[in-house]
Amino acid sequence: MDSDLSPQDKKDLDKFIKFFALKTVQVIVQARLGEKICTRSSSSPTGSDWFNLAIKDIPEVTHEAKKALAGQLPGIGRSMCVEISLKTSEGDSMELETWCLEMNEKCDKDIKVSYTVYNRLSVLLKSLLAITRVTPAYKLSRKQGHDYVILYRIYFGEVQLSGLGEGFQTVRVGVVGTPVGTVTLSCAYRTNLAFMSNRQFERSAPIMGIIVDHFVDPPCSSQRPANMGQPCNYRAPDEEDGGPFAGVQDSQEVCTTSFSTSPPSQLYTSRLSYQPPALAGAADLCHPAANPNQALHAGKEGGVVLVPAHPPHGTDAHLTVEHAPNTPGSSGDDDGLSQSGEGRRDEGRRSVSPSDPVESLNAFTRKVGAFVNKPSTQITAASLDLPFAAFAPRGLDSEENDPMVQPPDSPPCPSPLQASLHSQGSEGSGQQDDFVMVDFRPAFSKDDLLPMDLGTFYREFQNPPQLASLSLHISSQSMADDLDSLPEKLAVYEKNIDEFDAFVDMLQ
Amino acid sequence: MNCRSEVLEVTVEARQVEEAMLALLHTILLHRSTGKFHYKKEGTYSIGTVGTLDIDCDFIDFTFVRVSSEELDRVIRKAVSEFKDALNNSGSDGMGQISLEFYQKKKSRWPFSDECIPWEVWSIKVNVVNLANEQERQICREKVGEKLGEKVINVVEVINRHEYLPKMPTQSEVDNVFDTSLKDVQPYLYKITYQITDSLGTSVSTTMRRLIKDTLAL
Repeated sequence: MDSDLSPQDKKDLDKFIKFFALKTVQVIVQARLGEKICTRSSSSPTGSDWFNLAIKDIPEVTHEAKKALAGQLPGIGRSMCVEISLKTSEGDSMELETWCLEMNEKCDKDIKVSYTVYNRLSVLLKSLLAITRVTPAYKLSRKQGHDYVILYRIYFGEVQLSGLGEGFQTVRVGVVGTPVGTVTLSCAYRTNLAFMSNRQFERSAPIMGIIVDHFVDPPCSSQRPANMGQPCNYRAPDEEDGGPFAGVQDSQEVCTTSFSTSPPSQLYTSRLSYQPPALAGAADLCHPAANPNQALHAGKEGGVVLVPAHPPHGTDAHLTVEHAPNTPGSSGDDDGLSQSGEGRRDEGRRSVSPSDPVESLNAFTRKVGAFVNKPSTQITAASLDLPFAAFAPRGLDSEENDPMVQPPDSPPCPSPLQASLHSQGSEGSGQQDDFVMVDFRPAFSKDDLLPMDLGTFYREFQNPPQLASLSLHISSQSMADDLDSLPEKLAVYEKNIDEFDAFVDMLQ
Repeated sequence: MNCRSEVLEVTVEARQVEEAMLALLHTILLHRSTGKFHYKKEGTYSIGTVGTLDIDCDFIDFTFVRVSSEELDRVIRKAVSEFKDALNNSGSDGMGQISLEFYQKKKSRWPFSDECIPWEVWSIKVNVVNLANEQERQICREKVGEKLGEKVINVVEVINRHEYLPKMPTQSEVDNVFDTSLKDVQPYLYKITYQITDSLGTSVSTTMRRLIKDTLAL
């Protein structure tokens, strides 16, 4: 099957599909962040804008995608899926849509890999940009914040659509034929949002954004579905922190940026007459070069070599991109984002290069939302954070996890994203992911430009520190005292029983 | 080659006309624009990068994506605004059609002027309604938003059939295929025309042909 495809073409095709998959995930997740996306056009090509589209790369998302792919490519029977789900503040969750990147067996042998396939993949990405704003989950994701958040989960393998409920609809974004199969991108989305809308509007918005969970059973870790996802959010690590994302730069391969035109050769002319019009455009010998500095020699069919990007080149290209004022760089590192908590968010923003204030503000700078990411053990403990929990039947956790003894942090601990990502490794299953937070946007607050005082205010008051009187020592102490003093009090009351009776009669 | 022709129909309120047209025209142009070509020696060229921008509509529950190019946006807005004014001035019925045509230029010998050969035409038929009260308007907001979503899906479906596209031109031919006048992006050569249907339903009572781009006067 592959005998018709030259090794160079095969290599290019694999690279295109790999980066197409990564960019697809970026587009989908970014479309569900709840913000408007804005990227700049640039007339001078940089080496790192795959498919000639300015799509930012959120490092965490790339990391998750690569983790799910685990070195494989989408192939026949192996689809890459991005599942978007919604989780309410009460802990209910619901799958909203599943985006599937699949490959089927229908091959298009005659198509030019390095030109036609590349351009068609670019058009498909543009279509994805348009369609992600059209499905119902987009509107939901724009309104996320206090009542619910939007999560994503990437998995590889068989497509699972059972969580979408009955009557889900499918929309096909597009297909691109390649010599090894046809790439198909589609979305299956839930239409039955009924339970969602009831819930959403029953709760009135709390004034201070405090979660009312006094009488709700704490969700035990066993109740968490096995496939919870990542929130549509990220927090970029500090520059110094090699972190889990050090590898991103190295893998930032230079994408094809240079094409060539030349008169069709004899061979291609004769093939033209047999080809359907769709491939007429492919008749040109257009062979991209990986590096714009390397000119191609056109006019020789098949004589052009696609130079693969070496990591040094890739890194160089990436670094130059970082300094270019027009392109903020395809990874979030460039924006100098802060990594934690509300207080540092402002610093992060201010440290962004002033030449791109708009991008920096639109860049994914923050966020800590209402439901902060904590490692799973801490979540269990924190949910026992009830008043009078000392009197509630316990036996679930040992004392060291008891929040009465050790109150959970408030505000949320710095870089819970990293904490969660590190803890994921220890969990083993790649699907048992923790949550990172989604942008928290309180009502009536202004968009973007200034540090969100209102948001900070909400957040601080959502997690007030424990009341001292509720801590175990004091409560148990006072109870003991109370019990001791009870007999004396009873004696006094009995003595004055007549007075009490008279008082009661007076009231009646 | 045959010119591909697609028709989209929408029914909107008067104040939604502009945004609905912008949404559809920009969606089509997003797919039909590339980055700027930079030709180098020996027939090679590199392509610039196209950025995108989300635009929320004010009168419709809808968000669309357009190319990040202020120049292009200005041109499209101007055309849509003229169409909207023509619709308003035409009469009570409010039916009209705006067409986005992609074409290629073919050089002819003197004294014949260059031919413009269309290869894809998108016609958007608009039907303007008047609504009586605020509740109906609110429903209309959502409904038109959904309809536009369906239209975007239609557009994407057509484009992803990957039917005829002009071949990539050499440097000397690039102006016959692409509109190279913009600084940051390069759409295929296009023109926008519109016509207003009068109240009798007969077409072309007023046909105004406006060449928005600096193509040759025919």
